[in-house]
Amino acid sequence: MKSTVVVFPGINRERDMARALTLISGQAPAMVWHADTVLPAGTDLVVVPGGFSYGDYLRCGAIAARAPIMDAVRSHAGRGGLVLGVCNGFQILCEAGLLPGVLMRNTALKFICRDVYLRVERSDTPFTRGYNAGQVICVPMAHGEGNYIADKDTITRLEGEGRVLFRYTAPHSPLDLSWTGNGAINAIAGVLNENGNVLGLMPHPENHVEAALGTTDGRGLFAGLADHFKQAA
Amino acid sequence: MTRFPCPAMARTTTKHSAPARKARPAHKPKPRQSKPAKISPALIAAHGLTAEEYQRILALIGREPSITELGIFSAMWNEHCSYKSSKIHLRTLPTKAPWVIQGPGENAGVIDIGDGLAVVFKMESHNHPSYIEPYQGAATGVGGILRDVFTMGARPIACLNALSFGAPIHPQTRHLLAGVVAGIGGYGNSFGVPTVGGCVRFHTRYDGNCLVNAMAVGLARNNRIFYAAASGVDMPIVYLGSKTGRDGIHGATMASAEFGDATEEKRPTVQVGDPFAEKLLLEACLEIMAKECVIAIQDMGAAGLTCSAVEMGAKGGLGVTLDLDAVPCRESGMSAYEMMLSESQERMLMVLKPEKEHEAEAIFRKWGLDFAVVGKTTPTKRFIVRHRGKVMVDLPIKELGDEAPVYDRPHTEAPPKPVLTTADVAPPVATADALLRLIGAPDLCSRRWVWEQYDHIILGNTVQRPGGDAAVVRVDDGPKALALTTDVTPRYCEADPFEGGKQAVAEAWRNLTAVGARPLALTDNLNFGNPERPEIMGQLVGAIHGIADACEALEFPVVSGNVSLYNETNGRAILPTPTIGGVGLIDDFTKSATLAFKRESEAILLIGDTAGWLGQSLYLREICEREEGAPPPVDLAAERKNGDFVRALIAEGIASAVHDVSDGGLLPAIAEMAMASGIGAELDHPPMAAHAFWFGEDQGRYVLTVEAGVAETVIARARGADVPARQLGLTGGDALTLEGERPILVAKLRERFEGWLPAYMAGQTP
Repeated sequence: MKSTVVVFPGINRERDMARALTLISGQAPAMVWHADTVLPAGTDLVVVPGGFSYGDYLRCGAIAARAPIMDAVRSHAGRGGLVLGVCNGFQILCEAGLLPGVLMRNTALKFICRDVYLRVERSDTPFTRGYNAGQVICVPMAHGEGNYIADKDTITRLEGEGRVLFRYTAPHSPLDLSWTGNGAINAIAGVLNENGNVLGLMPHPENHVEAALGTTDGRGLFAGLADHFKQAA
Repeated sequence: MTRFPCPAMARTTTKHSAPARKARPAHKPKPRQSKPAKISPALIAAHGLTAEEYQRILALIGREPSITELGIFSAMWNEHCSYKSSKIHLRTLPTKAPWVIQGPGENAGVIDIGDGLAVVFKMESHNHPSYIEPYQGAATGVGGILRDVFTMGARPIACLNALSFGAPIHPQTRHLLAGVVAGIGGYGNSFGVPTVGGCVRFHTRYDGNCLVNAMAVGLARNNRIFYAAASGVDMPIVYLGSKTGRDGIHGATMASAEFGDATEEKRPTVQVGDPFAEKLLLEACLEIMAKECVIAIQDMGAAGLTCSAVEMGAKGGLGVTLDLDAVPCRESGMSAYEMMLSESQERMLMVLKPEKEHEAEAIFRKWGLDFAVVGKTTPTKRFIVRHRGKVMVDLPIKELGDEAPVYDRPHTEAPPKPVLTTADVAPPVATADALLRLIGAPDLCSRRWVWEQYDHIILGNTVQRPGGDAAVVRVDDGPKALALTTDVTPRYCEADPFEGGKQAVAEAWRNLTAVGARPLALTDNLNFGNPERPEIMGQLVGAIHGIADACEALEFPVVSGNVSLYNETNGRAILPTPTIGGVGLIDDFTKSATLAFKRESEAILLIGDTAGWLGQSLYLREICEREEGAPPPVDLAAERKNGDFVRALIAEGIASAVHDVSDGGLLPAIAEMAMASGIGAELDHPPMAAHAFWFGEDQGRYVLTVEAGVAETVIARARGADVPARQLGLTGGDALTLEGERPILVAKLRERFEGWLPAYMAGQTP
């Protein structure tokens, strides 16, 4: 799997992401700078990592969505290439029009960093094939603005088309969606675009890939992706 | 709604409104420096200088200083920058060990951890600014200490803090706590460094002065450390980072004065932080350093351009000439006085290798940062500042720093407090009730509400998160890891500064040991009241002696530090608070110990001697409502023996859970181990009065668990090492069961432990 991590000024989880990708896919990602205009040839997966791109000034992800490199990311997605946005990356993809909806401030109006539990809704996508449908995984969240919302029709469509891939859930009770940590509608933690090739996810699977540092529940995402490209090859 | 609807707005609104604009009227005397200034006694006093200090300036330069020069002296000679009251005492601290690469005197301390790696760390206070404007005060405190660390060539890998607030019922406490925590998180989270540990306390003596001590830890190659001393004549001095504005003018002088009722008016002296700019500055600086462009580097912290330029020249035995017309400014029409004293954040000064100037500039342009050659080094040992074609400053550079006044201020020792015996303290409530109250008390309850607002996992190396004895952060991909902690028990220091100073060091050492680390070195942040009062000076001197004794006995040297004095409001001082930030090394992070019980039916052992010391205990304060007596003494020889014994048990994999015994005593420590795991414990009858045994705060103790079958062997081995050890009971069940008392459910303990802070912050208590 040839992955490319897009780095904007102020992005700060690019090293975490690169480490997870390298550890699990066995191949270090290419890192591209916001001012670049092309992705490395042969890129399979584009990852927009977490952080505070451009300081999150103006609005989370708003400036990054208009950076020079984003045209290349949009073309990649347009060709059906896979794009993963995590945390600030999710916000950027929303602002860039690659994903519907928006991420508002957490309902507690505070930044929150803690382990959360996610229910994987489907396992038949390149992003979730490393998991079983209904499986509950534990990964950390670390954000101040992860309160996902979209207009009613969009939410109905997302739900109807099975485009909600990850949902927050209570630790040991996968049917309890009352706890989100950030107030996201329908406890949505991760959504897919219409074509099924762009995923935005608020929590950080890249921070839970080593047993010595917590759970390894984040591995499934990257292992599934690596598997997807191995089979395609 | 909170005051700041979103972090970005919080930063921008503040930046563009009050501070920057309000700064001007407060410092009216500036404009016409070129004319001979009229230096009145009122002006001298307004600059925080005494009449004697002014005479010293006259003698030094042989003429009346210009107003800009007066400002520069004020900036260099204030307490914050010159350490004039503490210097002679700080010299007594042990600062050396074979693993110390750089002790106090640089931007941060540096220690060797093997494999060609060095750890760079320091703690610094931002007390006064945080009280005036908690969000920005705390944020820029974090920004400042991070700069101190990456200035030396290290990539920051962790932050910690130590916070002291007024009594919970004080009307400002919530506001300050909320703002400070948001500020620390707002800066560190955005910058991208995990905030992994710290401590928070409440006491009415901090009502008018909260304390915000921030610590940063970085990692560097041990042969690529960068220092402040300039070398070589005619070398370009380069200004890097953000532009200079009118914020923070005279911040360091403000931080060296007491507060009165008009403290609010000092808001313009607080700087405004921009973590985004700092993140860019970090990346650009590390890139420039890797390209071998840098001769010397100094961050612009307190007293901004003045302090950084003078230090670079003075440390290198050179003169410095600055041309202020080249300084990138955020506002037009800034005077020399304003530029020299601005504390605008996220700025650096570097001496570059002339042949590398263009390469360095290209790197800074890539990161979108300002880069300007603003001066050069000279052989004259003069500090010369030009502005609009005129010489505004012409001062001897060495003397600005080295000839700062040093005071041996009179100090008196407070009479020792009486030692309370068990008989002096009647137990008013049953043990179970006392435990439930203590575990839910403001000073002992869970700090989850605080540390969940800090990104404590970014960079992917946090092995032990907040909530344990010490944070454990893996070094690169391991197997080495650092253990990090901040500690001090101010009520002990108030009762006996010497014992309190010892205890702060011993507790840091103990916390590092409890996770299995070898304590290597510490940074100290000494927060006290007005040193011109002999009893306060006595506290400072006593605490420093205590710290020195403990450092010596535990081979735990001081490698960096900071002194914050004048923490008083209307003549009422804070509790003496010498915060210790400790760093330890773990050879294999997979072998570090945590405090959670691991399985049922394991033996619970107590290491260390228990006399049942209730003087100055939390039990005495929270349950008996008395703050009295002498604090528990620290037997440093026993401390070392006990700790070395525990560390060996951890390394050999014999101890399955380890926790140090500190605030609240033994039973709260056991309760914390139970709450962290959900496993209860059955405890034997205490060998002395129950309240003294369970809640006494005797020092040098640990609780640990071992397989029940080896308990006897471990106790015998302890005896052989002259280490007191006894079995307390067994793990198991879902409650703490004490003989003759009703069982206390772990779930109930958790409810109390986790309950208070969120309820308090939501305005539901007290």
